[in-house]
Amino acid sequence: MASAAIIEQLQKQILSLQGGRPCCDQPALPLGLGVMESAFPGGAFPKGAVHEFISVSSEEAACTTSFISVVLGKLMKQGGHCMWISTVPRRSVFPHALGIFGLAADRILFVDAATTKETLWALEEALKCGALVAVVGELNELSFNDSRRLQLAVEQSRVTGFIHRFRPKVQSPVACITRWKISPLASEAPDGLPGLGFPRWQLALLKVRSGQPAQWQVEWSPKSMSLAYIQLPAISGHERQTG
Amino acid sequence: MSLRIVHIWFERLVTDWVIRRQPELKQIPFALAMQERNRRVIKAVNETAQAGGIYTNMVLADALALMPELEVMDYDTGQAAKLLNALAEWCIRYTPVVAIDLPDGLFMDVSGCTHLWGGEKEYILDIQKRLNVFGYTVQVAIADTPGAAWALSHFGEAMHVVADEQLQALSPLPVAALRLETSIVDRLEKLGLRTIGSFMRMPRTALFRRFGPSLLMRLDQATGTEMELLEPVKPPVPYHERLPCLEPINTAVGIEIALKNLLEILCLRLQRESKGMRQCNFIGLRLDGQVEKISIGTSRPSRNVQHLFKLFENKIQSIEPDLGIDLFILEAPVVEELHGSQDALWQATNAGEIAIAELLDRFSGKAKTLSIHRYLPAEHYWPERSVKEAGSLSEQPATLWRNDLLRPPHLLLHPELIEVSVLLPDYPPLLFIHKGILHTVKKADGPERIEQEWWLQEGLYRDYYCVEDQHGARYWLFRLGDYDSGDVKWFLHGFFS
Repeated sequence: MASAAIIEQLQKQILSLQGGRPCCDQPALPLGLGVMESAFPGGAFPKGAVHEFISVSSEEAACTTSFISVVLGKLMKQGGHCMWISTVPRRSVFPHALGIFGLAADRILFVDAATTKETLWALEEALKCGALVAVVGELNELSFNDSRRLQLAVEQSRVTGFIHRFRPKVQSPVACITRWKISPLASEAPDGLPGLGFPRWQLALLKVRSGQPAQWQVEWSPKSMSLAYIQLPAISGHERQTG
Repeated sequence: MSLRIVHIWFERLVTDWVIRRQPELKQIPFALAMQERNRRVIKAVNETAQAGGIYTNMVLADALALMPELEVMDYDTGQAAKLLNALAEWCIRYTPVVAIDLPDGLFMDVSGCTHLWGGEKEYILDIQKRLNVFGYTVQVAIADTPGAAWALSHFGEAMHVVADEQLQALSPLPVAALRLETSIVDRLEKLGLRTIGSFMRMPRTALFRRFGPSLLMRLDQATGTEMELLEPVKPPVPYHERLPCLEPINTAVGIEIALKNLLEILCLRLQRESKGMRQCNFIGLRLDGQVEKISIGTSRPSRNVQHLFKLFENKIQSIEPDLGIDLFILEAPVVEELHGSQDALWQATNAGEIAIAELLDRFSGKAKTLSIHRYLPAEHYWPERSVKEAGSLSEQPATLWRNDLLRPPHLLLHPELIEVSVLLPDYPPLLFIHKGILHTVKKADGPERIEQEWWLQEGLYRDYYCVEDQHGARYWLFRLGDYDSGDVKWFLHGFFS
């Protein structure tokens, strides 16, 4: 018992050394994302940090956008605005579709930048602005130094950052505290009805600082506004290819 | 306070400017000539040539006969106007209202300005001295009306300082001092009316009958019975503050301090009048006469010194102080109502919104290529028209976002053409090829028919299908038109998650 307490204490110390939230004044509250939150330090989805998402195809990008919207919807339950910064010409988010993920699109400010450099500048400025709840950045390349700057910006302002990298040339190491990869899964209509079911994704948490990388298969149910965890029979790589 | 007008007459504007650029010409007689029909006519002469008997509007051949060593250069017709414009902008350091008087003068409305220089005499002496340093020969006069100031600068004995003694000062001057046409001046002189005083008190009807309306108008303008409007080069801005410096400033830190001081003064004034600025210019007048200017705009009225300073901060590097800046001006050309009480009342929710508005200001100030959008639902089924842009940060949606329709989180800006294999007439595709990749459709929903809104745009309807391929990826496809009309195309319009 005593040893468990000591370990917990040490973990807290390590967390604060790594720039985590000083846990004494404000205990981290779970966002309501379900089982996955146990993979994170402190048992809650880390706010005030930068998360990195990687997608290599348009289908994956759509899933990533949806998952980010789910998290944003939970983060913005108490109100506030968030900012969605993209490098044109690749912003294809359709505000109308975000409602089913619990996110009111009129509370998003979309900013389009012409170059990656401008996107990074805008991202850093936005992440420094404590009045925003979260900032999403869509870009291709992110160097280690740039990601450090972003991480330093959020440590001051406690804004949550989401970096969505579409088809990056190199998957370089970055200073973000997580790296995600989200891909679509075949849906299943309830009760064996024909047609499409609710959105289903394969969530892969590839890296997480002081946490446990993991994979989940989830289904988003718009009625209860929550993620349902499902167990699918394992699909071998061979089967996926020939499908 | 009565109106006080200064007129500056540049006796040899263009040649003084030429000498300023090529000082070696000062000792050499030279003239600027221009082709006029089939002969060359002198348009400007310098002092040395003038002393030798050359005058303006002389035919060049005559002048060369009189003075064979005369240097001749080409005269540029637009030069005088360009020079006067630059000089007028330089003169803004003396008063905000400076007007150009073509071809060789400047009018300045100096009412209420002269005491800053210690009096009218000192004021015009300072103007004269500084313009002399630049190399311009000037005559400066101050009077109650533009007409009188013009007359005194051209024909007055010295730099007259006249207050309410207009008529006495004007009467001994020749009639040409009234800015009359040459024909009228000739006629007056023929009749022996050589000074203004000689006909000033004649019956007006007689003067009107003999010389027309222009003489009376000019006379009235000189005496002040008729108003003459000056057209300032820069229209004065009601909200502006000036900061003259004892020593010229040429460091970034100095400029920042000046900017902060001016912002504090101007914002205090705006606060007293419950106003906020939407646009702001920061102007520095350099020692060498150049003007340095940076401008910012805000997305909502603001009088927050820190915020406005931050907007300017990025642009301060673009100021080139060169030898130094001796006068800073801060002006707010556009101001709007901004009530302080509201801020206090709505502090809890509004503080965040103000911070966001200030962030957006920084975005639009930094780069013009950053565009900011906010979307509201629009009551249209046609996907491209189902969202509209919001006008402001606080605009609320008029209707709710519709969650009952299946719409893809990623919508392509332009639908992409796909090849399909499909059962007729209304089945979803069995397979489709997008960008060279074959997708076999496993599950499908649809069709959802969306009609083109004919009152907005002509066109065919779309039948939308949601399909899922063999990898579990979901797409939004549509068929344009029907098979009866012949040519049918299929498109991919979006990606579901």
